[in-house]
Amino acid sequence: MVAGVAVAALGPKKRRITDVLRTAGYYALVCLAMLPTVFVFYWMVTLSLKTQVEAAGYPPHFFRFAVTFKNYAEVFQKNPFVLYVWNSSVVAAGSTALGLIVGLPAAFSIARWRQQGLALTVLVARIIPGISYLIPWYILFRHLHLVDTYPALILTHLVVSLPLIIWVLIGFFEDVPEELEHAALIDGCSYYSAFWRIALPLVRPGIVAAAILSFIFSWNNFLFSVILAGRHTRTLPIAVFNMISYEEISWGPLAAAATMITLPVIILTLIVQRHIVSGLTFGAVKR
Amino acid sequence: MALIIVYPVLYTGWMSLQEWYASSVTLPKFIALANYQHLAFADPRFREAFFRTLYFAALVVSGEAVLGVAMALLFNREFWGRGLVRTLSILPMVATPTAIALIFVMMYHPTLGVMNYLVTRVGVGPLKWTYSSHTALYALALVDVWEWTPLVMLIALAGLAALPREPYESAVIDGASGPTILWHITLPLLRPILIVAVLFRAIDAIKTFDIIFIMTQGGPSNASETINLLLFNQAFSYFNIGYASSMAVALFAIVMGASLILMKVRRTEW
Repeated sequence: MVAGVAVAALGPKKRRITDVLRTAGYYALVCLAMLPTVFVFYWMVTLSLKTQVEAAGYPPHFFRFAVTFKNYAEVFQKNPFVLYVWNSSVVAAGSTALGLIVGLPAAFSIARWRQQGLALTVLVARIIPGISYLIPWYILFRHLHLVDTYPALILTHLVVSLPLIIWVLIGFFEDVPEELEHAALIDGCSYYSAFWRIALPLVRPGIVAAAILSFIFSWNNFLFSVILAGRHTRTLPIAVFNMISYEEISWGPLAAAATMITLPVIILTLIVQRHIVSGLTFGAVKR
Repeated sequence: MALIIVYPVLYTGWMSLQEWYASSVTLPKFIALANYQHLAFADPRFREAFFRTLYFAALVVSGEAVLGVAMALLFNREFWGRGLVRTLSILPMVATPTAIALIFVMMYHPTLGVMNYLVTRVGVGPLKWTYSSHTALYALALVDVWEWTPLVMLIALAGLAALPREPYESAVIDGASGPTILWHITLPLLRPILIVAVLFRAIDAIKTFDIIFIMTQGGPSNASETINLLLFNQAFSYFNIGYASSMAVALFAIVMGASLILMKVRRTEW
């Protein structure tokens, strides 16, 4: 307020200059605040495009370097990278599909009939440290000879995907007017078909959002896969982690692999960005 | 549901009362609360990991809260490129943690890493980042802050958008200054939603695994060994299942305790 009065006293021309300066200063601050975020991704991508010599050059090359795609070729030559991509996709898609089958009715009943107990269970499942699931699963799956199989990974990734799916969908189901289902029930629909024919089609965007979020977080999962995936089912994060140990200094291929894992996630994120925060905060924050 | 969620919880509880090495042929032996007794009184490594975990969580959550709110206040107006800023802010949270950890490993490299180049340019360091037991925990905390500050920011932005207008109008009439309005109106009004943000961050910060495991594996010389890391090694390197299970129960109790404290604060302060 005080600054505003002072500016007004300066006359129209000077005021315009001050405004421009202030806007420029504001945008400079915005850029500064975003710089760390952008820089890490920029560094990842540029490292993957540099030659071995330039990647390890000191002082580092920020903008001027020769672009090469050899690192990407090397990732595919030295590793069964396509298999890892396939494994990650199967596990993420499988746990998402299973999560939707279980999560859709669960979310619907929490939204409609205030199933506090169920809601609490899902919250607790989200709070429990992943590692406390891992020990019993490991023993159980080893017993059943299921370690290093897709079913083991898909089932365990449900712990990640199910709470996300349920919490995103509760919000969507709550937005469906209950009168629509009442009308359907009066017209002779069963509860089941009121859910199937009325509620479900109306929350289709929610299903897409929940499915993509669940896919992303299963795709990213490290802890469960590091123990339960073996040679045949190794997922991308584990495969890339294993690349570190004996390729410590060949940064180019590592950065290329990191870029390739992250790329699908970023593309998917662009589709569902509006729902990510509500998914991560259990609907505490809707946006 | 029962198989993947309830069974593991019960099994962990039961195993925490046994002495059993999964690698041996001997069967589990019931030893009641001996594991917990050992945990609480006879295991200095666990005690260190316990305090380290809380310290790490306090460090990252307070850093993220302060920076997140500051950024939310900065971005809380219409400006050109606001949508782009939102989109970019989301990326650290969804990017694969393994990839992030990997890039930071390279950036933290003591002789070739870009971080040392940057900090020496501003006159600090060179630092050893994750390669020294003095700085490893802070270097890891920095990665976590980088990754999760945007979550606090986005939650705070949602909170700011929902604030009522009236208190501001009367404050302006009363001639309150910007900082006074921020301190006495905005922050108190924002408090409930900030507690939600802090709650979710605290729960996850205590459970941090990927980044620590990939970047330091708890080292150098246990300097970044949190309960989660210690527990992972007990279970899957030494196959000391009974003892590891008791740690898992303890870790769960800590996370639960932190959540309850925060929820209680939220209820009484609202």
